[in-house]
Amino acid sequence: MSLLDYFRSSKPNSASLAKERLQILVAHERASRNQPSYLPELQQELLAVIRKYVNVSQDAITVHFDQDGNQETLELNIVLPEDR
Amino acid sequence: MARIIVVTSGKGGVGKTTTSAAIAMGLAKHGHKTAVIDFDVGLRNLDLIMGCERRVVYDLVNVINNEATLNQALIKDKRCENLFILPASQTRDKDALTTEGVEKILEELSKDFKYIVCDSPAGIERGATLAMYFADDAFVVTNPEVSSVRDSDRMLGILSSKSRRAENGEEPIKEYLLLSRYSPERVKLGEMLSVEDVQEILSLHLLGVIPESKSVLNASNSGTPVILDEQSDAGQAYADIVARYLGEDRPHRFIDEKKGGLFSKLFGSK
Repeated sequence: MSLLDYFRSSKPNSASLAKERLQILVAHERASRNQPSYLPELQQELLAVIRKYVNVSQDAITVHFDQDGNQETLELNIVLPEDR
Repeated sequence: MARIIVVTSGKGGVGKTTTSAAIAMGLAKHGHKTAVIDFDVGLRNLDLIMGCERRVVYDLVNVINNEATLNQALIKDKRCENLFILPASQTRDKDALTTEGVEKILEELSKDFKYIVCDSPAGIERGATLAMYFADDAFVVTNPEVSSVRDSDRMLGILSSKSRRAENGEEPIKEYLLLSRYSPERVKLGEMLSVEDVQEILSLHLLGVIPESKSVLNASNSGTPVILDEQSDAGQAYADIVARYLGEDRPHRFIDEKKGGLFSKLFGSK
C-alpha cells in the first residue's frame, strides 16, 4: 500500500455515503408512493374509535400497507396501555 | 403517428433544455421530421439554446388560444430542414396551458411529424405534468448528485401514474436514463456517484452518459445545439444517444477515465 493510498483510504468516500443515503430514502419514498391516499385519514379515524373505549396515545397505532404482486395487505397494530 | 418524447428531470439545471435541443437536432439530422416544444411557460429558453430567439413571433399559448395557427408559430430551423421549434410563451398566467389545448397541438403535429420532443420545465407543476402526460417515451435527465437522483425517482413515480398511458391502462411510457455532467475522474476518487450507482438506485435503462463538458456552455453561448459540435465529447455523447434510441447498438463511452483521457489527448479537451 503506497503512501498515497493510505491518505486516500483515510478519507471518507462521499460517493458511497451518497449512495447509501439515496437507497434508504428512495426505498422509503417509493413505499409511501404506492400507498392508498386514504391511509392517514383511516389511521386518524381508527384512533378516534379506539379512544372511545381505551385511552391510547397518538403513536400507539400503526397502519402498514404492503403490496406483493396482486395481494395487498393492510396491517393494523394497536398497542394497548398496560394499566387499564 | 408521431412518437412523443418527454425530456424531464424534476430538478432544474440538470440539462433538460440542452438535451431537448441536442436530441431534436440529432433526430432531425437522421432524416426524421422533428418538432421540439418548450413547455416552460413563463420562462422560455429553448429558443435561446436553439439560436432562434429573434425569430419568435407566436408561441405555444397563442396556438392554444387560437390566436395563431400551428404553422405560424412553428419556427423552421435554419441548419436542418427537418427540425421545427415551438417556443413557450412568456405569459405569467399559469393556467394558460390546458390539457385539451396541448392534446390538440400534439394531435395536429402527429399528422406530419415523426418525433415530437417535449422540453419539460423543472418542478412538478402543470407545465411539467402536461409535458409528460401524452408521452410515449421519457428521457430522464439526471446528474450524479443526491438531489437530482431523488427528484428523478419522484418523476418516475409521476410518469407511471399520471400519464395518459397509465390512465388508459395502455403499455407504460418507456423510460430511459440520461446521466449528464458526469466526471469519471471524480467517480474514481469516490467523490461522485457512478453510473452503476445511479442505475442501481433508479433501475432505469441507460441511454447514455454525457460527460461534464465545456462544449455545453460554448454551444449555448452561440445558440447551437451541442450535438452539432461533432468534435466535442458532449456532442458525441448526444450523437450516440440518438443513434441508440433509433435502435443502433453503440458501446457506452465517457464512463471510464481512461477512454476519456485518451480521447482528450487525441482530440484536445473541448
